[in-house]
Amino acid sequence: MENQQKEKSSAKYSIIVPTYNERLNIALIVYLIFKHLSGIDFEIIVVDDGSPDGTQDIVKQLQQVYGEDCILLRPRPKKLGLGTAYMHGLKHASGNFVVIMDADLSHHPKYLPSFIKKQMETGASIVTGTRYVKGGGVHGWNLMRKLTSRGANVLAQTFLWPGVSDLTGSFRLYRKSVLEDVISSCVSKGYVFQMEMIVRASRKGYHIEEVPITFVDRVYGSSKLGGSEIVEYLKGLLYLLFTT
Amino acid sequence: MFGTLRKGFEFHLGTEIINIRIPSDGSRIDHELEASMIHVPFVSASVFCIHPRNDEMKHIVKIMALLVALSAIWISLLQISVIPDSYTWLLPLYFIITLGCYGLFMVGIGLMQFPTCPQEAILLQQDIIEAKDFLKTKGVDVGSD
Repeated sequence: MENQQKEKSSAKYSIIVPTYNERLNIALIVYLIFKHLSGIDFEIIVVDDGSPDGTQDIVKQLQQVYGEDCILLRPRPKKLGLGTAYMHGLKHASGNFVVIMDADLSHHPKYLPSFIKKQMETGASIVTGTRYVKGGGVHGWNLMRKLTSRGANVLAQTFLWPGVSDLTGSFRLYRKSVLEDVISSCVSKGYVFQMEMIVRASRKGYHIEEVPITFVDRVYGSSKLGGSEIVEYLKGLLYLLFTT
Repeated sequence: MFGTLRKGFEFHLGTEIINIRIPSDGSRIDHELEASMIHVPFVSASVFCIHPRNDEMKHIVKIMALLVALSAIWISLLQISVIPDSYTWLLPLYFIITLGCYGLFMVGIGLMQFPTCPQEAILLQQDIIEAKDFLKTKGVDVGSD
């Protein structure tokens, strides 16, 4: 109990947001984070992969408004992948908790307080957002997308027994030490990387809690879900089956 | 290799854990030998796994152990002929079909109950307008995307 009190007063949250061509969304996300996390000690780490649309200029303008100690811009020269973006952001994180989220507003910052609350209540090492339970949900998915998502989920649950309901979600809160431990043992790319992280964490015995979130897919139509994606997924599933 | 047996995968149909001690040859990493033995009438099945002490048992090993146990039960049913043999031979097929049906059923249920949130899209649009207004006043360029 006393440990949790001490942790509550000294908790700092580093929010890592990887961006690529998110000139408008990054400004909106920063505004919403500040709106919903007032009174909490946090920093936003923007890991931009050399966006040609001027995302970094916008971030610099935001730094003028909100302060350079609250918004850290840590860019990279070109697109180098999500996993390495997290590792890069992690190097500059000064908080004892790390939040990862997408920059395209499919993850809404208004759920951040519920992540924090869940972690403080349960003392969990990882709190992951799930779109598939009551209270959560998805908007902007057609039937085909829902079908593949549901099928993938059932497959993963049957063979991997992961202990979480949403494996491919990327809206998560990690204790910093736990993220460092898990990320060093993951080798996949893309969304299989998200799956690998949560499955490895589950195998290592970390306490994982879930929080319902809503996911509004604004990238209608260009949601890439072709045959190659399915093959990638199955390969990832087999890889995780045999190596975790 | 020096090993002591740790309690491994157990089944409640008469599982035994074997105790094995293997003398050390001076190697520096401790290994563990895990074994599960399943006894059903006429059949013993064992699963052995040797792995470094700092790893938990791999998930695939658990699944293989489960399959081995099921196979042991199946073979024993063949031996003791409680059910006519023609049915027993088809049991694995029935099992796979049942698994497939269960999977399809779960997908169907999940699809029907898929939580959606159309109101969130509207709230998001409102949030975007609010954010744009605020940021414009602060001099951040939120022009068209």
